[in-house]
Amino acid sequence: MAAPPLLDIRKLCVGFRSRAGLMLPVLHEVDLSVCRGESLGIVGESGSGKSTLALAAMGYLRHGLQRLKGEVIYDGRDMFGLPPAELARIRGGKLGLIPQNSGQALTPTQRVGTQIREALRLHCEHDPATHHARACALLEQVRLPDPETILRRYPHELSGGQQQRVAIAMALAGEPDALLLDEPTTGLDVTTQAHILDLLRDLARERDMAMVYVSHDLGVIARVCDRVQVLYAGETVLTGPARAVLRAPAHPYAAALLAAIPRLGAHGLPSALDGRPPGPDVARHGCAFAPRCGLATEACRAERPNMATTEDGQAARCLFPGNAAAHGAGRDAPACAADSPCALALDGVSVRYDRPGWLARLRRAAPPPATVEGITLDLRRGETLGLVGESGSGKSTILRALAGLLPPAAGDITLGDGTPLPKAVERRRPQDLRRIQMIFQNPDESLNPRQSVGEILAQPLRLYFGLKGQALADRAAELLETVRLGAHYLERRPGQLSGGEKQRVAVARAFAAGPEVVLCDEITSALDVSVQAAVLDLLNDLKARHGTAFIFVSHDLTVVRALSDRVAVLYQGRICETGPAAAVYGAPFHPYTEVLLGAVLAPDPDHAPRLLAEDATELAPPAQGCPFQRRCPVKLGAICETDTPPAREAGAGHVIRCHIPLETLNKTAMG
Amino acid sequence: MLGVIARRLALGLVTVWLVSVIIFLGVEALPGDACTAILERDAHGEALDACRKALGLEVPALDRYLSWAAGVVQGDFGMSANGQESIAQMVGYRVRNSLLLAAGALAVGIPLAITTGVVAGLTRDRWPDLLFSTGAILAMTIPEFVAATILILIFAIWLGWVPAIVLTPADAPPLEFFPEFILASTVLTMLMIAHVMRMIRASVIEAMASDYVQMATLKGVPYWRVVFRHALPNALLPAINVIALTVAWLLGGVVVVEVVFNYPGLGRLLIDAISSRDLPVVQAITMIVAATYVAVNLVADLLSLMLNPRLRSHQARRR
Repeated sequence: MAAPPLLDIRKLCVGFRSRAGLMLPVLHEVDLSVCRGESLGIVGESGSGKSTLALAAMGYLRHGLQRLKGEVIYDGRDMFGLPPAELARIRGGKLGLIPQNSGQALTPTQRVGTQIREALRLHCEHDPATHHARACALLEQVRLPDPETILRRYPHELSGGQQQRVAIAMALAGEPDALLLDEPTTGLDVTTQAHILDLLRDLARERDMAMVYVSHDLGVIARVCDRVQVLYAGETVLTGPARAVLRAPAHPYAAALLAAIPRLGAHGLPSALDGRPPGPDVARHGCAFAPRCGLATEACRAERPNMATTEDGQAARCLFPGNAAAHGAGRDAPACAADSPCALALDGVSVRYDRPGWLARLRRAAPPPATVEGITLDLRRGETLGLVGESGSGKSTILRALAGLLPPAAGDITLGDGTPLPKAVERRRPQDLRRIQMIFQNPDESLNPRQSVGEILAQPLRLYFGLKGQALADRAAELLETVRLGAHYLERRPGQLSGGEKQRVAVARAFAAGPEVVLCDEITSALDVSVQAAVLDLLNDLKARHGTAFIFVSHDLTVVRALSDRVAVLYQGRICETGPAAAVYGAPFHPYTEVLLGAVLAPDPDHAPRLLAEDATELAPPAQGCPFQRRCPVKLGAICETDTPPAREAGAGHVIRCHIPLETLNKTAMG
Repeated sequence: MLGVIARRLALGLVTVWLVSVIIFLGVEALPGDACTAILERDAHGEALDACRKALGLEVPALDRYLSWAAGVVQGDFGMSANGQESIAQMVGYRVRNSLLLAAGALAVGIPLAITTGVVAGLTRDRWPDLLFSTGAILAMTIPEFVAATILILIFAIWLGWVPAIVLTPADAPPLEFFPEFILASTVLTMLMIAHVMRMIRASVIEAMASDYVQMATLKGVPYWRVVFRHALPNALLPAINVIALTVAWLLGGVVVVEVVFNYPGLGRLLIDAISSRDLPVVQAITMIVAATYVAVNLVADLLSLMLNPRLRSHQARRR
């Protein structure tokens, strides 16, 4: 008989009362158990109730939510039955939480040190005089350099990765036996994410902690978890050992989620999962996943399946467990013809955010290095150019410069027919503006919530084509069809749409202008993998149909790989490597490309990322030499600090800017 | 930080200067001048010329502006239109009286508004919130002269606790205004409390729903400590500027309330000056009110800058 679980959730039902007075379920009879030293991954799309479940494990429900049934037992105590004082002693003490967005979860008006010491004072017996030393030790434990300085900082003065580490240190302050992690690395750079996951794994092992790891990213789960539990629309649909679930998921939903993940190794687009999970207001008959399931039969729609176990230890809420054969491989991205005419060219573009003040100009002080420098790129019709790099690499800055939102300090931008493009957006003519359109990361912010979808689409149609009346309405409906939304969406407002639908409306708005170049700024980063796959598929479709050229900016190397014909790798606003996607993602590598690729996580339990020992990110680009000199694992020496690296041709159109000869790079420096 | 303060101060001075120019030009643009006001029907021919000469109105406008501005900087606003009283002296007592009234209203109003706002925010949609919010809406919607009349009716006429109107002369020592000014001060408190309370309520609700308050709760911080250490410092920051506007509004003389209660403050003087076309006095009062607004907002901005670390480093980065 195994030890009793440390955290045990039994048949938990959580719901909220709708405006109409009905009780709508968010979690439906969810069981969960974790033992000491074990790590459990909770996976699901947004709205599946996974965060609610993690918070309920602490006896906490968000405003408006109610526990209807079931219990949460932590270390033998019922978390919903405890008096507030005892609950407060467990929370942040023996049971710690690491929140999703540490930037917002740290109190903005308190110094980091104050917040960590508060946790120590609440949960530790130690003498208060030792708290400062203990706080420093905690920050060292989460591998933050120079703890004394960090303790004096306010949260907004730290980078995203540093904030996340501070949150981890704060959770460790209570010397927890169990940690709940609510998407702790979502929104971080691949390299930072990989380092933090490693840190968490090591800590869990060292302290023999139980971990419940909530994420929509199966790659993350594969890296950290022993067991996986998949939630769908508030129900557990699959549980099992991580290895088995990731290799051969017994539930078709899990299989579809896995198939929707773009991978470095596989070529082409991931396959999309159509539809969306039923909302809490939809009455359930039968299997909740049936409407989206390829295997669904009459029996599935008639009654709710029970959990069925398979040979490899999985339990799936499915009538046909284990039949969830791998979905068909995704479609290949259409390749761009090599002789396609040019759509857009950048020549030596550099951008700076800080304009020198009058005092600096008077003193003739040397200006700080530009944020983005010497970008020379060209884009052909029907081509997708991927820009990758960590945050601060200048990829979004380049898009903003192209869109005219941030006029470049130097360099030229020309359209395909040789028309030079004025730098500032106010000085561009409407017909030039029409040819370059932009899609933003967050459709919640880029779509006006007061306008209906019809009004949003009408603006460019009226502005660029002078459409009116019926012709306008017809064209708007047609655009919605091209993004696979029906004409009945015209009347809706962005607030009534899901994240994926909103982003499709944003795509439709960009295409309303009939653009030649579409700039995509991290447009799938805020979406679930399944929705992301559908949006990627849509972009490819539009590219094939209209011959539009895309510049696709993302920090996700796998997405860029799936979509792009050519890729440019950026570091600190300078191009390190550029070339056809297959060439950039294969040897020889620029040392930075290799670092980035090494940190990518795959939904495969046997895949371990290769990491650098140091992961400190820098703030300003160096004044001279190679931009990557300070983090490069294979730095040659003084030459890297003084000379700009030469552009070496490694193949057709494949350029690497590094002092190391190609033959050496070919042998992959990091091993 | 010092640089920021210096820049804000300079901007404030420029604002006050611009206001002085606008006021001066406005008065210039009005048909007629002090002399036509004094002489009324006799304002023609020699009498008018003599009067203008006596008041120095025949000098070009720019020179008059400069000498007026030079006087203002030294605290000398010149003589009132009838040429008999020094404006500085006349206004001085009135400013003190308005300050007295404002201080009374603020001393009660601000703590009360903050307390009710915080309680309402913390008990969102439950009875204390409903009680305070409804009260605030009532106080906001009843016009001040109605509220004043009702208060006079209840406390002065029916109960006879306090005098209905103020009969104390403007230059009396401050203590003599007690208890006469209580009713006027109460009406002002009612008016300002509603705005500040509703703003604080909204801001507390937002802070309590924030990720950092949830995180503090899940870190095991006891409820009241979460409220006082994590939520309130953030929730009260935006209130600083709203409170500043209220303070400036109170200090600027509250015309209707002062008139209803016959209170000898700045607002009352302004009304009197306007009805007797005493333009130099109007100019002086407008300048004082404008300078008060600028000064109070400057203090509020600097205070937010000091208390809000995010604002502070933003400013530092801009430099």
